[in-house]
Amino acid sequence: MSALTSAGLPGPVMVASGCGGTGRELEPYAGPEGLVGLDLVTRSITLDARAGGPGPRVVEVPGGLVNAVGLPNPGLEHFLATELPWLVRAGARVLVSIAGSTMGEYADLARRLSRAPGVAGLEVNVGAPDEVGAGLFEVREPFHSASVIAAVRREFPSDRPVLAKLRPDVSRIVEGARSCHEAGATAVVIGNAVPAAFPDGRAGGLSGPAVAPIALRCVAEVHRALPDLPTVGCGGVHDLRSANAYLDAGASAVQVGTALLHDPTTVARLRAALAPAAGTGPGRRPVPDPRPEENR
Amino acid sequence: MADEREPGRGSVHPSVHVDGEVVATKRVGGYRHLTLTAPGVPERFRAGNFVAVSVEGHVARRALWVHRVRASSAFGPTLDVVVEARGSGTAWLAAQPVGARIAITGPLGRPFALPKDAVSCLLVGEGYAAAPLFPLAERLRERGCAVSLVVSAPDEARLLSALEARRSARSVTVLTADGSVGQRGTVADHADDLVRRSDADVVYAAGPHAVLRSAAAAAERAGAWSQVAVEVPTPCGTGLCHGCPLPVVGEDGVERVVRACAEGPVVRGDRVRWDDL
Repeated sequence: MSALTSAGLPGPVMVASGCGGTGRELEPYAGPEGLVGLDLVTRSITLDARAGGPGPRVVEVPGGLVNAVGLPNPGLEHFLATELPWLVRAGARVLVSIAGSTMGEYADLARRLSRAPGVAGLEVNVGAPDEVGAGLFEVREPFHSASVIAAVRREFPSDRPVLAKLRPDVSRIVEGARSCHEAGATAVVIGNAVPAAFPDGRAGGLSGPAVAPIALRCVAEVHRALPDLPTVGCGGVHDLRSANAYLDAGASAVQVGTALLHDPTTVARLRAALAPAAGTGPGRRPVPDPRPEENR
Repeated sequence: MADEREPGRGSVHPSVHVDGEVVATKRVGGYRHLTLTAPGVPERFRAGNFVAVSVEGHVARRALWVHRVRASSAFGPTLDVVVEARGSGTAWLAAQPVGARIAITGPLGRPFALPKDAVSCLLVGEGYAAAPLFPLAERLRERGCAVSLVVSAPDEARLLSALEARRSARSVTVLTADGSVGQRGTVADHADDLVRRSDADVVYAAGPHAVLRSAAAAAERAGAWSQVAVEVPTPCGTGLCHGCPLPVVGEDGVERVVRACAEGPVVRGDRVRWDDL
């Protein structure tokens, strides 16, 4: 049993924030079980509705995508009234990603979500690639993210996980993960999109296969330094091999993001391949990928 | 109308992600027409839907309008798409030979809404993006609608042939900007005249934004409804990435940004905030 499992998260495959639509769009591709039992991190929810940024929001670069989507979401109120109940009815294990412009907003979101039925846990979006542009609380130093995590943790029941989604910055990641751990994070998700620029110079975040080696290095270093802190690998996971690279480096689970935009059935395939029945523990047994690499 | 928060969509004909195969390929003018098998996609297709295909070496997908669906052929059900080679991805796609396997997701997006009664319909399309009007014309004819079809293009090479559509359409008008075939001019030049002559109750448009906008405006001036198939870059095509913003005004008068792939691509022409697009 992995550390995440004991924290109430079976994993080992999760849907990364911002790449599962509202959940509804993923359902046709989620396999025979649909969303039942699927660990789904929602797109980031903010207190107020956000329309998102102007186009182009996503452009393709070799090995990945650069995005500046701007966190479009209907706001907490509407999310609680419509999207969350739908996801819960569909059987998903819902981890709500939250983003705020102040620490108080993060705390508000955590408090109100703690009372909402069906919220399995929270993922705190800290260290987004362009938080200033997106109007989010700016995380420059590890204590910034730690104070956000502490504020969230105070408002959210301790028996449910709070994940900190961090920027995969190799030079700071161990420090950042340690601060978040000490502030009460159940696990750290490594990582967010890598700060990057669109071809025209606009700020954005890079995701996809190109960032996998960076996030993998971060996961390995965090696991080495903080073996008791569960980590979730996120970045370029698209098949069994890329998932196993994170799991072998010490990650307790992986999140699938950009790959879903390329092949929406990716999560279903990985779930099947990494199901506990397929190995002794979650995800640790190498199993042949049913569809190796063919679409990449 | 396009409201991302509207519940209940997408559950009637769930899309599928399948391995398709190129069964025919043909160069027509400046475009490449591919006939594809994609188990489950033609069966679920409604006019205005599109498909997203995977392109070797690329993460983002390429969205393609469906030009024609055959319920049966020597290869089973097939669909035709029109590819304009504009970048490395579409060039790769256009070069795929018969027998090539391509991952296809579809059918995607909201299709054209069809009138319940046998009304007069004007269909206006430009370039490869006029493709979805051809299956639409067939559906409308089946309903007894009088269909007037306008196919336009900058030049002859980028004109989709209206030859086969003559069976579905009461009248066919060809427009080219350079006058190389048909009447000279753009949709904007002729929109009001076309709406008046067709006595249209509904105007359907597919093509570049300028074409959609002028068709929607002409419809509004004539008191007709309009539906436009808006093409914006769709990184995933499935609604997952929120990467294809389409600015609209909701029925409640509130300005929103919806996803072109999921709440569109077909929306009411009078609901699009063209200046923000």
